[in-house]
Amino acid sequence: MKNFLTSSIGKKLVMGITGVSLIGFLVVHCYINSLIFLPDGIRRFTEAGHFMGTNPIIRTLEIGLFAGIILHIVQGLMLTVQNKSKRPVGYNVSPGNKSSKWYSRSMGLLGTLILLFLVMHISHFWVPNRYSQHFGSGYEINLYEKMEMVFQDPIVVLVYVLGCISLAWHLLHGFWSAFQTLGLYTPRYAPLIKGLGTAFSIIVPLIFIAMPVAFYFGWLPPASSYVPSH
Amino acid sequence: MEHYNMNLTLKVWRQQNAQSQGAFETYSVKEISSEMSFLEMFDVLNEQLIHEGKEPITFDHDCREGICGACSMHINGQAHGPWHETTTCQLHMRAFKDGDTIVVEPWRAAAFPVIKDLMVDRTAFDRIIQAGGYISVNTGNAQDANNLPIAKDKADESFAAATCIGCGACVASCKNASASLFLSAKVAHLALLPQGDAERKTRVLNMVEQMDKEGFGACTNTGACEAECPKGISIMNIRRLNAEYIRAGLSGSIAK
Ligand code: HEM
Ligand code: SF4
Ligand code: FES
Repeated sequence: MKNFLTSSIGKKLVMGITGVSLIGFLVVHCYINSLIFLPDGIRRFTEAGHFMGTNPIIRTLEIGLFAGIILHIVQGLMLTVQNKSKRPVGYNVSPGNKSSKWYSRSMGLLGTLILLFLVMHISHFWVPNRYSQHFGSGYEINLYEKMEMVFQDPIVVLVYVLGCISLAWHLLHGFWSAFQTLGLYTPRYAPLIKGLGTAFSIIVPLIFIAMPVAFYFGWLPPASSYVPSH
Repeated sequence: MEHYNMNLTLKVWRQQNAQSQGAFETYSVKEISSEMSFLEMFDVLNEQLIHEGKEPITFDHDCREGICGACSMHINGQAHGPWHETTTCQLHMRAFKDGDTIVVEPWRAAAFPVIKDLMVDRTAFDRIIQAGGYISVNTGNAQDANNLPIAKDKADESFAAATCIGCGACVASCKNASASLFLSAKVAHLALLPQGDAERKTRVLNMVEQMDKEGFGACTNTGACEAECPKGISIMNIRRLNAEYIRAGLSGSIAK
């Protein structure tokens, strides 16, 4: 069917599929980064990071991830604008929060805040790392040391915290909404999806927030304490 | 509940026709009984306007018993006013108290242009129904009851969806002016029954295509429609609509 992905429902399917993929990415990203909190964390994290940065399958998936997030962003912003145009004259008295949650109505705004954070975040770690691999020393940078450096700046820490809070609100609606869009939020699974989504939206951003905060307050072992074994 | 009278200030949207600008007008009504319906209060106001030699306010209404879906009014920021699962005609003045100011606006959506004052053009809904909200059968004599076995839960769910009265409160309440709840009720109602099964794929594709043509927005699952629907149509129907759409699209069916 030619309009399958471009009709109003089709556009939402694209949002749902890319959204769920991004959630999948978050699971992996959060797991690997949280290794820094474990005993012998620097080694565990560095090894996992090395695997992710060099494994050809992961690097291929990375291209898919970038395509997905760009599609999600472009489609999301276009949908927000198009949907807004469907009510050219607004109400004098708006319903406010009586009939829907503010964050469910603010996905475009929350997404834009995440995007601003993402630009900063990618230029902190991903860009220098890939640059070093392909145009510099040929090896990855020391990501743990890089985090330690980057998170000395309180402004940066604040931006990361706010970015993660935006993500939490975005997911609090986005998680179950994606399943609804994909036709999977059936009465039988609805409580499970809603519960899982709420837990995920709170726990994952909290773990991410803990990283810059822990580095800033010096709760983690210094990068200099770790000597690679090889 | 005890009966009382009230004096009210009304801010009502007045608009000559689809092309003109429109603005709010302020009116006072006195000695309104708490036992009146909201539309009866409007009748009182219109009588008053006629006596003053002014033009009465145009508003849509028909059954006045909550079944036709005509009485579209956005009252104090809510479709059909403050009561849950209630049409404007079933809203009673005991929802308000003496001295209240009530703001009354028409449904706001590009797909529902204002015809005059509070009356909007909801024929977009009719065209969505015409695109597939029916079953094609030769109507002979009525069959015996229970000729087609239908599971109780399916029958109940279908019936619940079929109670949609096409009022448009879902569109009016949605930040995207999406008609998804209305469409989902129509699609679910038929998809759940054996009579609707034969055409379920082309039906959903055709109706979605028509909905998009009419200029309704895309659903973002805020749930405002369900909260404001006078018939309590559940957004679980939108889940079913999406599943029907995916199933039809993946099977290679085409809208025609
Ligand atoms: C890691 C980052 C992100 C994740 C995990 C994520 C996840 C999701 C999910 C699961 C949905 C629900 C899809 C659906 O309802 O079908 C969604 C919707 C949406 N996202 Fe994202 N998103 C992310 C980043 C962004 C960014 C950067 C933007 C925009 C600049 C954005 C804008 C939107 C918009 C506008 C919607 C549609 C809202 C709706 O349908 O209710 N998202 N996102
Ligand atoms: S779904 Fe509810 S709000 Fe929408 S048209 Fe039907 S009865 Fe009205
Ligand atoms: S006038 Fe028919 S539902 Fe209100």
